[in-house]
Amino acid sequence: MKRAMNLMAAAILTASSSMVFAQTDLSLWYHGAGNDKEKSVLTGIINDFNGSQDDWKVNLAEFPQESYNESVVAAALSGKLPDILDVDGPLMPNWAWSKYLTPLEITDEDVKDFLPGTIGRYDGKIYSVGLWDAAVALFARKSVLEKHELRIPTLDKPWSLDEFNTAINTLKMDKDFEYPLDLGLAWKGEWYAYAFGPLLQSWGGDLMDVEKPTAEGVLNGDEAMAFGEWWQNLFTKKLVPGTSQDGADRETGFLDGKYAMQWNGNWAALAALEKFGDDLLFLPAPDMGKGPKIGAASWQFGVSGSSKNQKGANDFIRFAMQDKYLANFSNATGLIPATAAAAKMTENYKEGGKLSVFYALTDKQATKRAVTPAYNVATLEFEKALSDIANGADVADTLDAATDAINKDLEKNKNYK
Amino acid sequence: MTDGKPKSQNKVGWLMALPASSLIILFLIVPFLLAFWFSFTNQRLVSPNPTEFVGWSNFSDLMGVGSLTIDPKRDAEGKPVYKANGDIQYPRMRTFTRNNPDYEHLQGMREWFSIPLSNDRKWVVLAKDALFMKALTNTLLFVAIVAPIQAGLALLLALLINQKLPGINLFRTIYFMPVVISIVVVSILWRFIYDGENGLLNAILGFLSFGLFEPVDWLGNPSTALGSIMAMSIWQGVGFHMIIWLSGLQTIPGSLYEAAALEGAKRWQVFRYVTWPGLRNTAVLIMVVITMQAFALFAQVDVMTRGGPVDSTQSLVFQSVQRGYEKQDIAGGSAIAVVLFLMVLSISLIQRYMSRDRS
Amino acid sequence: MNTDKRSTVMRYLLLTWVALLFVFPVVFMVVSSLKPDMQLLQDSASFRAFLPVGDISLDNYSNAWDRVPIGRFVINSVVVTAITVILSLFLCSMAAFSFVFLEFRGKAVLLSVILATLIVPFETIAIPLLMVVNNLPWIGFDGFQMGWLDSYQVQIIPWVADGLTIFLFIQYFKDLPRELVEAARVDGASWFQVFYKIIVPLAGPCFATAAILKFLVMYNQYLWPLMTTQSEDYRPVMVGLQYFFQLDIAWGEIMAYLSIITVPVLAFYLSMQRAFIASIASTGVKG
Repeated sequence: MKRAMNLMAAAILTASSSMVFAQTDLSLWYHGAGNDKEKSVLTGIINDFNGSQDDWKVNLAEFPQESYNESVVAAALSGKLPDILDVDGPLMPNWAWSKYLTPLEITDEDVKDFLPGTIGRYDGKIYSVGLWDAAVALFARKSVLEKHELRIPTLDKPWSLDEFNTAINTLKMDKDFEYPLDLGLAWKGEWYAYAFGPLLQSWGGDLMDVEKPTAEGVLNGDEAMAFGEWWQNLFTKKLVPGTSQDGADRETGFLDGKYAMQWNGNWAALAALEKFGDDLLFLPAPDMGKGPKIGAASWQFGVSGSSKNQKGANDFIRFAMQDKYLANFSNATGLIPATAAAAKMTENYKEGGKLSVFYALTDKQATKRAVTPAYNVATLEFEKALSDIANGADVADTLDAATDAINKDLEKNKNYK
Repeated sequence: MTDGKPKSQNKVGWLMALPASSLIILFLIVPFLLAFWFSFTNQRLVSPNPTEFVGWSNFSDLMGVGSLTIDPKRDAEGKPVYKANGDIQYPRMRTFTRNNPDYEHLQGMREWFSIPLSNDRKWVVLAKDALFMKALTNTLLFVAIVAPIQAGLALLLALLINQKLPGINLFRTIYFMPVVISIVVVSILWRFIYDGENGLLNAILGFLSFGLFEPVDWLGNPSTALGSIMAMSIWQGVGFHMIIWLSGLQTIPGSLYEAAALEGAKRWQVFRYVTWPGLRNTAVLIMVVITMQAFALFAQVDVMTRGGPVDSTQSLVFQSVQRGYEKQDIAGGSAIAVVLFLMVLSISLIQRYMSRDRS
Repeated sequence: MNTDKRSTVMRYLLLTWVALLFVFPVVFMVVSSLKPDMQLLQDSASFRAFLPVGDISLDNYSNAWDRVPIGRFVINSVVVTAITVILSLFLCSMAAFSFVFLEFRGKAVLLSVILATLIVPFETIAIPLLMVVNNLPWIGFDGFQMGWLDSYQVQIIPWVADGLTIFLFIQYFKDLPRELVEAARVDGASWFQVFYKIIVPLAGPCFATAAILKFLVMYNQYLWPLMTTQSEDYRPVMVGLQYFFQLDIAWGEIMAYLSIITVPVLAFYLSMQRAFIASIASTGVKG
């Protein structure tokens, strides 16, 4: 704010001396500090926007992702939010409920071509728009599956739970590998809800029943208990590496042949393709009973509730939603562009592109995480429950504890009404 | 010093104490009082709902406990039923604590610990907030182990480098190395050291035992995680307190040592009758500081384990921060801060009372 | 003579062993900063972790420099740290002097309250403190404004005075001979003159200790600047560390960054050591 004021003062001074059009400053916060690729695309968009009209001038401030949410909360507490900020998709309802964010002036018509996961809707309104999405898949090698005579699943006919269990138990016998499957428990935080929440949903459970709202009978219901027992079994039978897996093994274990398969995101796909080429398969999520599911919604742009420049902020977001920018982002980061038209313009997601299968995965399997302001507590409890169960805690007691904690949070917030 | 002119001292005393004191009041005491107030409300970090006064409920949520005596499952002859692994099978606690009208006072509680009784029965203590209880016991354990060891080792090191030897400055610098690096950084480095598969510690122990040592997943195993954090904390903090001991050592006049040497005192006697008495004020300082720092255990846990595995490294400050920031429950986080404050305050009052009694 | 020599050798051996125990992670850090990520991670399981072998280069340093405005962040940290340390030494030692040598009404209460603040871990009051600084006015070069966010002062002023530093000085001052103070008073010196002409010169080691401890606290600030700085103009070094935790964690660059930001601290500590040595000499003369 102070900087904005300085800039405004400077702008007024220059305007008086040299007749420059005074553009109103818009501040934009982004979570990608330290990531040069994203920064160069984003500054490209900003420069284009600033040059395209005379009313607004967007200024970028970058924050490290690890602590971005804390920075935003601190700023909100101080009434110093920027005009435009980006938000991790599943957290958006919490920020909308807290009035950090205000509904966009963007209509359903504007976003009709966008993947559903890239549009943040809450309470019937659009609060945020993402320029890309991400998807997870089961990374595997054709040669390995064929060697063990395992059926190669397809998007139309993914593995069933039994097939999936058979696959990992069979691969467990193969002494070439330390583990038949890697779930990536080295990655803490949101990865748990993003990567494993959909598995729970596929079993028939969920973080909570958003409508009621309660977690009772959902996160600790029969289906969730079955999921929990299955989950624990993966670790007691040493089918997957545990919570103390180190980050390096997560990054290179599959590539080095330590793990036969890996549950991983499209951002890791190019490195794997480079290593295994045509042998590499991106398999869809298995169907645990209630349909195969993977997580949706990545980082999205929204407008802060305290912004005095709603129009400018909306103009910028609408400007950034052009296909060419979606394509630029995708080319720079390997993420999935938000529209089919943009996908055609990219190297990896055009028809026959190396990663085009991920576009299909997102289109077909992507499921949003519970859309509720209670999500930020639910995801923490889910992460804790999964790691405790992985480390041998009693399944029923642990899921009960997570359920109680989520319900307590609902109660303390009067059900976020 | 009640001599002279108390009136004039009044003015100058306040004048000299005021700048620092007012800053402390504004930036430490006022925020603490705010936290104290929050702990009696339902204050959220940010929320559209108005804040309400809720009395003691945050505290009763934290500290509520209950107990229950339970019988094992018995067969027809009244003998307890055993599980596959040889343990006696008890009825599940959740049958009492979840929606059981006969045990309404236990609703939502979790087992904290249990004590075996005669005839295979056991007495189970349940807590409303088992996580808080776990954090509390971990923190107390951490303080009880880390504070004395760290203070003692720091004194030994200070004595070691307080010698007049050529090149001693080099050692002084090296010993201080771990302190120079922030605890966050140290924690990152030690994650490499403690790693279960590629860790340095396992490699060294394996080397020293000619390969007999079975690698341990130090931070991933509930029985070693807290101990590993303690060891690292001692390692990291010992240089800090060494410096304080060292400055204390230097207030002891050299003439006393010379006199002791003239009288032919042994090294132990010199320490007992010259060094230690001269360190009295420093010792008080160190014990206070070390205890406070140990109670504030946070960064190591945050970086290395985030309270896991299975809550084996939860700490009070970590819970306070997690509730306050991540769960946006600033009231609940503040209540923990208040409990911690009152606990440490009473411990230090007891400490003070006991040390005053002696002198 | 012989036993003397042997005991000297033993002493050095002991000193060296302990030194190894303390220095190995630092060596690991510096050596790792020269290695590419893959090699760094493979080496970390063996003694190669301590040896600059294999594919050695300064690439991590130049990459880290490209990723983070290191120069800016180091300057920010040094400015904040230096100002805080200087103000803190002055105000806290003066307050301690007042608590030890002067009698004034309310002293006991004030002192107890200040010492009680030692018990409050910062993390638990960070949010209320944020609320406090949000409601403070500031008059700077660009006029009057409310709230201190995104500035140097928000990182400095709340940290100037603290119970630990005051406590440190109090415990030290208690050991100083009171006769010196009495004598100076009889000679007609004002209390402030007694403080800075007699007590301050005698308290060299304590000032050095307090300076080091405060320096470390300030230079390693993390949570607070994270909450209160919004632009790179004011961000300190520890927040910069977060820039490296991307999806693929750049461990080599992290090690390089850590090695760079540790240099100012070591330099400061070494300069303070000289003050230590000097004061040892001076107490020797006076003792």
